[in-house]
Amino acid sequence: MSDDHVYAALAEGHEDDTRWAYGTGFEDPLHGVDTAVPAGVDGAELAALCLELGDDALVSAQRLAEWTTRAPELEEEVALANIGLDLLGQARLLYARAGQVDGTGRGEDAYAYFRDAGDFRNVTLAELPNGDFAFSTARLLVLSSWRLAHLQALTASPDPVLRAVAAKGVKELTYHRQYAAEWVVRLGDGTEESHRRMRAGLRQVGAYLGELFEAHDAREEVLAVLGQVADTAGLPVPEAVPGDGGAGRLGRHTEHLAPLLEELQSVARAHPGATW
Amino acid sequence: MAMTAEQAVPSAAGGAGEEELQERFDATIARDQRIEPRDWMPEGYRRTLIRQVAQHAHSEIIGMQPEGEWITRAPSLRRKAILFAKVQDEAGHGLYLYSAAETLGVDRADLTERLIEGRQKYSSIFNYPTLSFADVGVIGWFVDGAAICNQVPLCRSSYGPYARAMVRICKEESFHQRQGYEMLMTMMRGTEAQREMVQDAVNRWWWPSLMMFGPPDDNSPNSARSMAWKIKRHSNDELRQRFVDMTVPQAEKLGVTLPDPELRWNAERGRHDFGTPDWDELMRVIKGDGPCNAERIERRRAAHEDGAWVREAAVAHAAKQSGRAGSGAERGVAA
Amino acid sequence: MTGEKRDWPLYEVFVRGKRGLNHVHVGSLHAADDRMALTHARDLYTRRNEGVSIWVVRSEHISASTRDEKDPFFAPSADKVYRHPTFYDIPDDVPHI
Repeated sequence: MSDDHVYAALAEGHEDDTRWAYGTGFEDPLHGVDTAVPAGVDGAELAALCLELGDDALVSAQRLAEWTTRAPELEEEVALANIGLDLLGQARLLYARAGQVDGTGRGEDAYAYFRDAGDFRNVTLAELPNGDFAFSTARLLVLSSWRLAHLQALTASPDPVLRAVAAKGVKELTYHRQYAAEWVVRLGDGTEESHRRMRAGLRQVGAYLGELFEAHDAREEVLAVLGQVADTAGLPVPEAVPGDGGAGRLGRHTEHLAPLLEELQSVARAHPGATW
Repeated sequence: MAMTAEQAVPSAAGGAGEEELQERFDATIARDQRIEPRDWMPEGYRRTLIRQVAQHAHSEIIGMQPEGEWITRAPSLRRKAILFAKVQDEAGHGLYLYSAAETLGVDRADLTERLIEGRQKYSSIFNYPTLSFADVGVIGWFVDGAAICNQVPLCRSSYGPYARAMVRICKEESFHQRQGYEMLMTMMRGTEAQREMVQDAVNRWWWPSLMMFGPPDDNSPNSARSMAWKIKRHSNDELRQRFVDMTVPQAEKLGVTLPDPELRWNAERGRHDFGTPDWDELMRVIKGDGPCNAERIERRRAAHEDGAWVREAAVAHAAKQSGRAGSGAERGVAA
Repeated sequence: MTGEKRDWPLYEVFVRGKRGLNHVHVGSLHAADDRMALTHARDLYTRRNEGVSIWVVRSEHISASTRDEKDPFFAPSADKVYRHPTFYDIPDDVPHI
């Protein structure tokens, strides 16, 4: 077979995927999962939990999307987008579940686009502006370690949908945490400038640990990861400052959430009744 | 396989003289076989390829910007995910193409310098602004559609690494065009304001899309040689015609009007006749006077310069790591 | 390589599409070290669920992703169905798409 033939066949979409390490076969994480609310589960409580975790994911994905065309290297564009897409995917599944169990039957977009800042329940660390790459990766390390512990616990949830979403999320977050940990080590160990920036980034993140642990007590897991990474990076372990007023789970946000949502919701709200 | 600049310098390996090498090269092209990185190749072929592949790579990277603006504002989570993935693909495509260019003995850092210093070009289309969310759909339909017209033949380009990069890119881009068209279909079924947005975007992007294929053949100095070398497989005008013929029935189906009063079916030719794009505008945009040239380059420059400390830190860490590994110390992150 | 700019070195990437197949060369990328090269290769060359194993090679070195990393390495792209053209519902009578 001439190589020309191979190229032409591929370009025209005939299936010779194996030859090119170009896969197909996508999986629906909820395939075959029963979506009825199980007996003994309070729908309103389950919906509230889904919204909390969904809001964390959506707001984080929005911040990651802001790195697009601004990342320090092209390979990092691709990596940050992968993480953002994973989180966006989690948010969509969680919102969809909230709509199924809170009795309203709302779709994912109703939660993302038609609630105001005071109704969002994300932890405030997620909504802070990106800052520099050091702060962004320090935040990613903390948020992904914390969320990983949270979702790991939820793989034993009585709700089969939440269990499936959590199981999928655990795999994703394991990778996010690894990506972030590698960067925290590189920047901590790299140059004087990067060390200084990462030290500042971790210190800034440390101030939000208290709020995280109040929302879900993963103190042990998160501090173990932070300790190991900071030690490898030659950095001091950030201290968990007791909650200093930020309380995203109660709807009390920093001044940064409202503008983030204003941008996120701008087109959707400008065209009521439109379909996209 | 990429190689260093040194390796890529052509040498008269095996004692063959220049004439004989040229004959072998010509025979390979004539047989429609691929030239591979370690093959001898005429210097003009190498330079032409570097220019074309680099411009193509730059276009992917700069092309992230007009649509990237809308990821944070996409009006549904489904559209947000699609657009995010699409713009990410463009970064990936830029990387595949830089990777192909590097097999010719240039390095990406130099190509990036040439881009941000304005010494290498990128597709003129990305110097137009995206004014509404409908632009995202129209870019998918027109710009990615035009790119597919351009790129499918490039899967048979005579240079192996370029052809292989294009195979991968073409496969991935078929999703780009479909998502654009699907979005427009959805919008056309929506509100009156949405239909107006779509028509407005079509009006603004149609002519710049036709210009994407480059100047007309009688004013395209490098085309003939590139075609002889099979770096390019079809002329600018031929590709433009294909694009028009492909797009007209799609526009009818969608219910939008293409903004060209001269556009009509020519039964005799079996193809569409269409008006002449404003070539002076194309020249102005290529020379740097488009609506967004300065902004696009400035964003790319800022990202590159703001990221310098990160890239340097990674290099410094890698050097310390290999130093530590060499002295027997335990490595922090095992590969 | 221009010494002063201290670029990340170039790595070649090989992906095994599925069990039973050879690793296939898919392209190259830049990374500061082997670890980063693997991470980048995963992000760049397996966005669409390709691959169960990656090798990255820098000059004489070869590094392969380990078996126990397979899950978090590759699972995340398995649900990105919108990356595939067949995801989009286009009527059969729209030509050329």
